[in-house]
Amino acid sequence: MALVEIRDVHKTFGKVEVLKGVSLDVEEGEIVTIIGRSGSGKSTLLRCINALESVDSGEIRVEGQTVHARMPDLKKFRQRVGIVFQAFNLFPHLKVERNITLAPLLTGRIDKAKARALAADVLTRVGLADKIDAWPEQLSGGQQQRVAIARCLAMAPHLMLFDEVTSALDPELVGEVLKVMEAMAKQGMTMILVTHEMGFARNVANRIVFMHQGRVWEQGPPAKLFANPETPELASFIASAK
Amino acid sequence: MNFLPLWRYQNQLIDGAIVTLELTVISALAGLLIGIAGAVALKGRITPLRWLVRGYIELFRNTPSLIQIFIVFFVLPNFGLKLPAFEAAAVALSLYFGAYSVEIIRAGLDSIPRSQVEAGQCLGLSGWQVFRHIILPPALRNAYPAVTSQFVLLLLGTSLASQVAADELFHVAGFIESRTYRSFEVYAVICAVYFAMAMSFKALFAIVGLAAFRWPRRR
Repeated sequence: MALVEIRDVHKTFGKVEVLKGVSLDVEEGEIVTIIGRSGSGKSTLLRCINALESVDSGEIRVEGQTVHARMPDLKKFRQRVGIVFQAFNLFPHLKVERNITLAPLLTGRIDKAKARALAADVLTRVGLADKIDAWPEQLSGGQQQRVAIARCLAMAPHLMLFDEVTSALDPELVGEVLKVMEAMAKQGMTMILVTHEMGFARNVANRIVFMHQGRVWEQGPPAKLFANPETPELASFIASAK
Repeated sequence: MNFLPLWRYQNQLIDGAIVTLELTVISALAGLLIGIAGAVALKGRITPLRWLVRGYIELFRNTPSLIQIFIVFFVLPNFGLKLPAFEAAAVALSLYFGAYSVEIIRAGLDSIPRSQVEAGQCLGLSGWQVFRHIILPPALRNAYPAVTSQFVLLLLGTSLASQVAADELFHVAGFIESRTYRSFEVYAVICAVYFAMAMSFKALFAIVGLAAFRWPRRR
């Protein structure tokens, strides 16, 4: 059984059908990168996997559990599925340590005595141990995004979703975030990424999924997909992304 | 001009100022609670409750505070609720302050981006935890300047309670004037006292603001 099973998912906003029957499996430990043009439904699909959006029809299962916005143990489910957003979404009124430990403390995952050690541990993993007492506003964009990743790691998720996490960063800050994600990939974390970083997708992902017009248009190993795209849409997308 | 005849009334003036402060602080605290509850109701999904809060806001923001005090003091006894002057003024002023606070706090809540809520939800927090720990602190910071301005207006507005004979500063001034016939001196003194109290609160709020909202503002 795959860790994530997506079956014929449809999602409409108003009159616009954003997802038109998406099906996809993601195995445990796999790194799947979703690419595609703006409006192809990539981010919506990620938000559906985390129940931030409900699907209109079809089914999403994570670890065998059907996902929807009114599932009874939604809060527990979300602790197992971390998501990192394009805009970091750190809490500006909380220092880095508190940003990281707020959810583990409030959900009872850890007690107060272990909170700082947990924050220090996950910050070390993203290379920001010295920023534990900083305010988010005092950090660069790349550092804020790494703290956002650390905040997710503190919940010990089984699956990580990344929604264009480098899109809002200055080019010189992109590398530091990708490096952290690469390290997580090496440690065996199951990851689904939406990204425009083609180099990263090619080097790190086990599989590339190309979405087009709300559908999974083409998918396969990076080397094959980038070298021999089967559809003109993917060929055109790769050419435009170069 | 002779201020000396007022000297013997200094204790009454101090007592009046204390009552004014009590009336202001009690009404502001109660009004603030009404404001938070009302703002949450306005953003909630229960339509009749939203209408009720909207009606309350419009009623109290579009009628004179003096009439509101009169209604609580003179009209409610007809329905079995008889309150002493101070309590009646406190109830009316709390409702008045609350009506303004609802809108101020609602605007503060609206200023928090939806993405902050989603970030909290994605960490597995409950609706209440997201509200209490993620939305409320920055929302209160954004609402704080307007709330403190409203507080000073409330402080000055407590003088209306003199019309139902609550023993606050303005009522005491009337009493002293009737005894001394020194209108200018009496009102000059209480004007200075109101000014001093208002400026003191402004300074206090500035210090409290710095202590409570320490995080840097977005660049």
